[in-house]
Amino acid sequence: MASGELTSGAYIKHHLQNLTYGKFPDGHWGFAENAIEAKEMGFMALHVDTLGFSFILGALFLFLFAQAAKRASIDAPRGFQNFIESIIDFIDDNVRGSFNGKNPMVAPLALTTFIWIVLMNTMDLVPVDWLPVLAQKISAGIFGIDPHHVFLKVVPTTDPNMTFGMSIGIFLLILYYSVKEKGLGGFIGELTLHPFGKWMLPANLFLEGVNLLAKPVSLALRLFGNMYAGEMIFILIALLPFWIQWSLSLPWAIFHILIVLLQAFIFMTLVIVYMDMAHQKEH
Amino acid sequence: MITEVQATLFVAGAILMGLGALGAAVGIGILGARFLEGAARQPELIPMLRTQMFIVMGLVDAVPMIAVGISMYILFAVAG
Repeated sequence: MASGELTSGAYIKHHLQNLTYGKFPDGHWGFAENAIEAKEMGFMALHVDTLGFSFILGALFLFLFAQAAKRASIDAPRGFQNFIESIIDFIDDNVRGSFNGKNPMVAPLALTTFIWIVLMNTMDLVPVDWLPVLAQKISAGIFGIDPHHVFLKVVPTTDPNMTFGMSIGIFLLILYYSVKEKGLGGFIGELTLHPFGKWMLPANLFLEGVNLLAKPVSLALRLFGNMYAGEMIFILIALLPFWIQWSLSLPWAIFHILIVLLQAFIFMTLVIVYMDMAHQKEH
Repeated sequence: MITEVQATLFVAGAILMGLGALGAAVGIGILGARFLEGAARQPELIPMLRTQMFIVMGLVDAVPMIAVGISMYILFAVAG
């Protein structure tokens, strides 16, 4: 626990609060000092920790893969290169298996979503208090800020803004490729004429519209919910006395490795399937 | 001292976890049974079936995990 006088409810809420930078109601910009201030900012607020960690991890992904590509050799592949190649083969197999259209962008898209989400989810396995307490110590030591006002939520995918950001990006790609491959008329026809024929147009539009809008929502909420629940249980384990914590957090962390990889894999598979549906000409 | 609101929240958390687990238990039971049936009939398809099973398992598993997380939040952060 961060400090003795905190109640468990306050501890949990402190851990689930993002570091928010935004516009205060009176007009000036700054960091929110508590959850109420963060709420008052409304739309004009940035979750600095989510953005920062996701950018750092995205850069790490690009750096690692660029290093592997630069040092790649046919004669003497080393361990790291083999590892990266096995990931790429795995993604390639999946894309070949479920994507039937012609689009050179789908495999890189799948690779990016998979590795990026794996890296962001893996931040969940870092013990819950390390980075927030480190941030509190640094900000208290250097800038003299009260530690109770320093928030840090380490796992970007436990922030719905992050998962919705990704899934809305995918949704825009689905719309773009649907219109590009089928033409605007074809896409509208698919939305309005499909299950019941043209005399039931409003019912068709309703059903297909729900179907279309459910894609980004379910994609984002599934990833967010799983990561949030996992993080929540880690935080609850961290409330126990320190000498007993390992007995719960070790099994949960081992089980959580499965969830981390599985959720990233499901996100990637669904992205491939949705892109495939966007490229299908006729039902 | 537990207030009435807190007691209701505890019941809500318990129902949330219990019903989520119930649905997922039935779902994963059927999924595993069908996977074993398929694997026994056509053992050469096991790798493909296993991948597909894990995808569906992740989909089925997501809802109760989310329910557990939210009910834990209700039990310990809202009510506690």
